[in-house]
Amino acid sequence: MARSVVSEIKRDHIHKLIAKGKRVDGRVWDEFRQISIETNYIETAEGSARVKLGNTDVLVGVKMGIGAPFEDTPDKGVLSTNAELIPMGSPNFEAGPPDENSIELARVVDRGIRESGMIDLEKLCIEKGKECWINFIDIYVLDYDGNLFDAAFLGAVAALKTCKVPAKENGKGEDFMMPIKKTPISCTAVQIENVILFDPTLDEEKVAAARLTVTTDENGDLRAMQKGLRGAFTMDQVKNIIETSQRLGSELRKLVG
Amino acid sequence: MSGNTGVKLIDDNGIRIDGRKVDELRPIKIEAGVLKSADGSAYVEIGKNKVLAAVYGPRECHPRHMQNPAKSIVQCKYNMIAFSVGDRKRPGPDRRSVEISKIISEALEYVVFTENFPRTSVDVYIEVLQANAGTRCAGLTAASVALADAGIPMKDLVPAIAVGKVNDQVVLDLNKEEDNYGQADVPIAMIPRTGEVLLLQMDGHLTVAEFNKAMDYAVPALEQVYQMQKDALRRRYESTETAEESTDDQTASEPSQEA
Repeated sequence: MARSVVSEIKRDHIHKLIAKGKRVDGRVWDEFRQISIETNYIETAEGSARVKLGNTDVLVGVKMGIGAPFEDTPDKGVLSTNAELIPMGSPNFEAGPPDENSIELARVVDRGIRESGMIDLEKLCIEKGKECWINFIDIYVLDYDGNLFDAAFLGAVAALKTCKVPAKENGKGEDFMMPIKKTPISCTAVQIENVILFDPTLDEEKVAAARLTVTTDENGDLRAMQKGLRGAFTMDQVKNIIETSQRLGSELRKLVG
Repeated sequence: MSGNTGVKLIDDNGIRIDGRKVDELRPIKIEAGVLKSADGSAYVEIGKNKVLAAVYGPRECHPRHMQNPAKSIVQCKYNMIAFSVGDRKRPGPDRRSVEISKIISEALEYVVFTENFPRTSVDVYIEVLQANAGTRCAGLTAASVALADAGIPMKDLVPAIAVGKVNDQVVLDLNKEEDNYGQADVPIAMIPRTGEVLLLQMDGHLTVAEFNKAMDYAVPALEQVYQMQKDALRRRYESTETAEESTDDQTASEPSQEA
């Protein structure tokens, strides 16, 4: 994310610790920071979740409205995901239209949800070709200490799972819960000095060479991936990350029911 | 303001739809130091409003041409997040939020000792997470606590509250229904110690007598909010002492970030 500088002394410190098999905060390679998820956090949203992943703090909300389906999917509801790296969240975030980082974040989250078939979009069609439900997922980063992808993804999944479709106020019958088919989970790892670390903190992200996000479903199947940063992974590292993501994913999935 | 619409918001016993008396505040919660990245931060709940404020600075002033060689400037950005209101709000600034940002910046600039930090900017970000009338007051209340939490020298804290008129009666701290169907809305911010009013707006219709009555409600309420702001900072100060001891143990080997 933010391409901010990191002091030489801190870079050396992280590298030296890694050489000794350690991380700055004492975690092992494949250990996530403490996670807390508070759903139904915002009453004005149809679904919402505030996720704290260590010191990273993300708020995700779902709003729903009625609109026209896309022409190529006349029998399906619409999903739209947006992320805001608001200046509150980091000294390096700036106000203004979404930059490449927030667009990437929104698209990676969107892809995981869309490609996993998490939402039964056909049930969100009201009248074929004419009317359907539109889901707006909005992600706000309140405090940035690394690994926005996983924090935002957990938030989006938790918000969707607790989302109530506001049919009554729109004159479309009784309210109903968001039709959910799958629970995808994303896991992000970085490569530093050829060591793979999961759930990087901001400092770890700053010194990392490469980043990989893997989204899996409950069968352990891959649903989305995204490689980032300027460095590289070996194929073994990629496979290792996928395998670990399946295992960590099934643990994290318990947090979102 | 829609004028007196005939919607009954106060019953014959003077009790409002949320059970309050006309001069009663909604429940208020203030917490200082809630975000780690920011230099200072605060969270405020007033009834169903949920507002976060964060402060960065004094830091280099952007845009450059705003720089003042003699003093610092306070730049506040008030923003409502997309799902903070009934119908989704399109992200980004609109005319309303630009105006609110301006008046809050001005109110805060009065209390900050800006002459201490020439050429810099003190950036204040207010994010309304959930809105239920009175967000600018909640935002300003949070922002001044966040400034204090950031350790920025300032004259005093700035509590803010709205008063208004509903069903021909003056009421304190309007909720959303009262704001929508009420007859007047008066957001006010004041330093209780000195009585200096730093923000005052009004829309709707009030007689002078009603306005005076509104101020009679507002002044003790502002004093209450002010005490809660101070309490929040005291709690923050107490909790930092214990928190820092424990983090020191964990990160003893880590070089200082500020180095």
